[in-house]
Amino acid sequence: MISIENFILITISAPLIVCVLTPLISKNSILRDCLGPIGGVISSWGAFNIMSSALNNQSINLEIIKIAEGISIGFKVTPLGAIFGLVASFLWIFAATYSIGYMRGNKEKNQTRFYTFYAMAIHAALCLAYAGDLLTLFIFYEVLTFSTYPLVTHKQNEMAQKAGRLYMSILVGSSVILLLPAIIWVWVATGSLEMSQSGVLNGKINLAYTPLLLAMFVFGIGKAALIPIHKWLPAAMVAPTPVSALLHAVAVVKAGVFTMLIVLTNVFGIDFLAKTGASDWLIWLASFTLLATSIIAIYKDDLKARLAFSTISQLSYITLGGALATSMATQGAALHIITHATGKITLFFVAGALYVGAKISKISDLNGHGTAAPLIFLSFFIGSLSIIGVPPMAGSWSKFYLILGAADSDYVVVIAVFCISTMLNAFYLMEIPARAFFFKKEREINLKIPKLILIPTLITSLLTILLFFFIEPFQNLTSMIVSKI
Amino acid sequence: MMDILIKNLPILVVLCPLMTSLLVVLIPNTFFSWGLTTLSTFLTFLFSILLYKEIQIHAYISYAIGKWIPPVGIEYIIDKVAIIPVIIISGISFIATIYAYKMIPEEIEKKSISKVYSLWLLAIAGLIGLVTTGDAFNLFVFLEISSLASVALVAMGAQKDKQALVAAYNYLIIGAVGATLYVIGVGLLYGITGTLNMTDLTNRITDLNNNKALIAGFGFMIIGIMVKAAVFPLHIWLPRAYAYAPSAVSVLLAATATKASLYILARILFSIFENSENLINNTLLFVILPLSIIAMFAGTIMAIYEKDIKRLLAHSSVAQIGYIALAFSIGTKASIAAGFIHMFNHAIIKAGLFIAITSIGFYIKKRVTINNLSGLGRALPVTFFCFVLCSLSLAGLPLTAGFISKLYLIKASISSDGIWIAILILISSALSVVYLWKMIEVLWMRAPKKIVIKENPKIYLSLIIITFLNIYFGLDASLVVNGSFEAAEKLIGNLK
Repeated sequence: MISIENFILITISAPLIVCVLTPLISKNSILRDCLGPIGGVISSWGAFNIMSSALNNQSINLEIIKIAEGISIGFKVTPLGAIFGLVASFLWIFAATYSIGYMRGNKEKNQTRFYTFYAMAIHAALCLAYAGDLLTLFIFYEVLTFSTYPLVTHKQNEMAQKAGRLYMSILVGSSVILLLPAIIWVWVATGSLEMSQSGVLNGKINLAYTPLLLAMFVFGIGKAALIPIHKWLPAAMVAPTPVSALLHAVAVVKAGVFTMLIVLTNVFGIDFLAKTGASDWLIWLASFTLLATSIIAIYKDDLKARLAFSTISQLSYITLGGALATSMATQGAALHIITHATGKITLFFVAGALYVGAKISKISDLNGHGTAAPLIFLSFFIGSLSIIGVPPMAGSWSKFYLILGAADSDYVVVIAVFCISTMLNAFYLMEIPARAFFFKKEREINLKIPKLILIPTLITSLLTILLFFFIEPFQNLTSMIVSKI
Repeated sequence: MMDILIKNLPILVVLCPLMTSLLVVLIPNTFFSWGLTTLSTFLTFLFSILLYKEIQIHAYISYAIGKWIPPVGIEYIIDKVAIIPVIIISGISFIATIYAYKMIPEEIEKKSISKVYSLWLLAIAGLIGLVTTGDAFNLFVFLEISSLASVALVAMGAQKDKQALVAAYNYLIIGAVGATLYVIGVGLLYGITGTLNMTDLTNRITDLNNNKALIAGFGFMIIGIMVKAAVFPLHIWLPRAYAYAPSAVSVLLAATATKASLYILARILFSIFENSENLINNTLLFVILPLSIIAMFAGTIMAIYEKDIKRLLAHSSVAQIGYIALAFSIGTKASIAAGFIHMFNHAIIKAGLFIAITSIGFYIKKRVTINNLSGLGRALPVTFFCFVLCSLSLAGLPLTAGFISKLYLIKASISSDGIWIAILILISSALSVVYLWKMIEVLWMRAPKKIVIKENPKIYLSLIIITFLNIYFGLDASLVVNGSFEAAEKLIGNLK
């Protein structure tokens, strides 16, 4: 019987070991490439066990390093963390497999470096998921930013350099100038860096300052990509597609909204937020981001750019769910982390497959090519349906809860926001399979998709369907997030 | 034997480099003069570690030179405050001496090498003497010893670049003005109190509140020391001096010289004048606080627009001195502790960065400018890796020593209701990422040149040591943090 402490260590250290081993065995490219999927399997095995112990309400505190009096790096299991950890580690298996196909198919340079930092980013995301206190959360938030820089600028050309600058300046700037002082403010106000399930700030802070503190958190968490700090995400799309798929649709951005949700639920506490109304303005900001970026997505012809704006919009669902501060909405937000991740990773996989297969990156070039790769476009269709929220795809659950949550709150108008955005989603996502299958072919192309790309794509699209039927354990976990102690 | 050694530790940390400095000058052989210097700095470092152990037991050691009982004789004081700069100076000078092995012969002609090592030790002795002495006039003597030795060391850079002479001349003149101001201040205080012993001064000043001569004396002393500490706008000697000094000298000076003066500043503010509360509070609030905030931004912005990397790092030092002075100016226990934490951490960060940059200069045999760095990241993996880590530490990124400084600095300013100060500090530190990233990006991004450079372990050994320290003190900071808090408590007592 392995204890939960050890499961946490297994989960977070598997990617770290991959990260260290990869450069050491770079000579043997087959062995090197296998490390990623193997690491993913081990890591997600640990994550599954952590999830089951979270379901049994077991809680532990694991202190790894004591930096000085009152500050340490430590881990613990929270329901939300268990969800995010599982999503990041489990999808890593498929993303790592996909990366092999993509990097080889595209004949990318510096593959060893790529896999090394890829694993390091996963390690940072997992440490963040199981972070035991605010400082640990912040530390791995930053490690995640820095470990993804070499991935974003993988091509090392002028465009990558520009994108890298934007990426770093927004993410590092916002977190250092706003997130860090916000965390230290909480530290000064409450006397510790601990978080608790019902929030820690109640009665510890002057109510007049609460919206200010919340604003520092919201704009400090640049990874959640709310307008006006969303620009790094479209810029990051210069990275190879496996990076966009796992990191900029799953690990990095979900780390952002995860941090946002943790702050809203475990630092402020949803009761405290609902009572003080400190998050009211956030509802409007998130709604605006949600609709505005959906509209921008319609006008993007570049497939990855469109998906990036769609991601920003979907992230706002999660922030909005947290800001509504009702238990249903928070549950919906937490579920959306899983459902959006599986859906969006599928869509990015397809985008990468089309690029490797025939160097297609524009939506207008897709006309009539559906028959050349029916399975790939079918996957895209399934993923899209999940994002739009059509049963029997996983995405329908989270949308259902979010709308219920909006109905519970004082902001019934938010229901309209969700509905309009659903229509916009359908509009900009459905265009892709529609063009592929129903439009007239303009030119002949040779679309050959490697198996290592096709199989992960099919699996993740299947996952979106499976999740619809097996959502129950996740629902139990999310209900624990909002349950009273 | 051991007993006598321990008893005489406070003077040994000064005498060891001072006496070897006289010996080294007689050794013509390059290797042996370096060996003796290394031995001497190592012993000094060892003595300061022993002294640290002693301080944990006794908390306060007073040493009467020549057994002349203070206040008549000169007194050396080691307490929990003074031990911090002693360890910084002796530790960094040991590492810098290891680094000097390859760098000094490269930049200085053979017949001057033993003289350089002699000056090198003299500067170290001066700096350590500066922080251990408990006598206001003796402090001036050490101030001059360290300054003159440093000026001569900077001027040695002239064999590579004649600009070093101008830099040294500026350093000499401005430094001398600073020292003179300080000694005028001491003279005024001596006139009204009749003592030079610092403990005595503290007691006698108590009865003299609002005495005009006291205020004037205080002003002269503070301005004089601020020149030496390079607090904005009295920093103008610093960028040139650091930029044109020989490589190893830049490392030594950048990491230690201003730290000693900053420590003296804290001593004057919180210890000698501890009973003149109004005077101190006004100085902190209206002089040091605004100046250090300007320094933070001016230094950083100058660094962003600077193309010559050594100068860039020097400008960044001006900003970092701003952080330390700012921490002192908030004047609470937590903030003064934060100042000492950053004093320690900045020493190891800047030493690392200067070693990395000057060794890149050694490899490419050119002055290091931003354009010369292009694509070198791949050619110099070890140096590049250490440079990145030290840069991240300077920017205050988590898991590095710099983060610990920033954490405590921000916490101290928020706890004293200075959230706006916290935000200013963070904006300036985010700006510092701009100039650091400018360098990292060029090293990383540009197409690798077709030059084959082999990295030399003799050069990067010291870089690896100092980089390791940067990471280690980011993960286990309790030694630094506790030491600094004890120092702050000793300095301001339980007043605040």
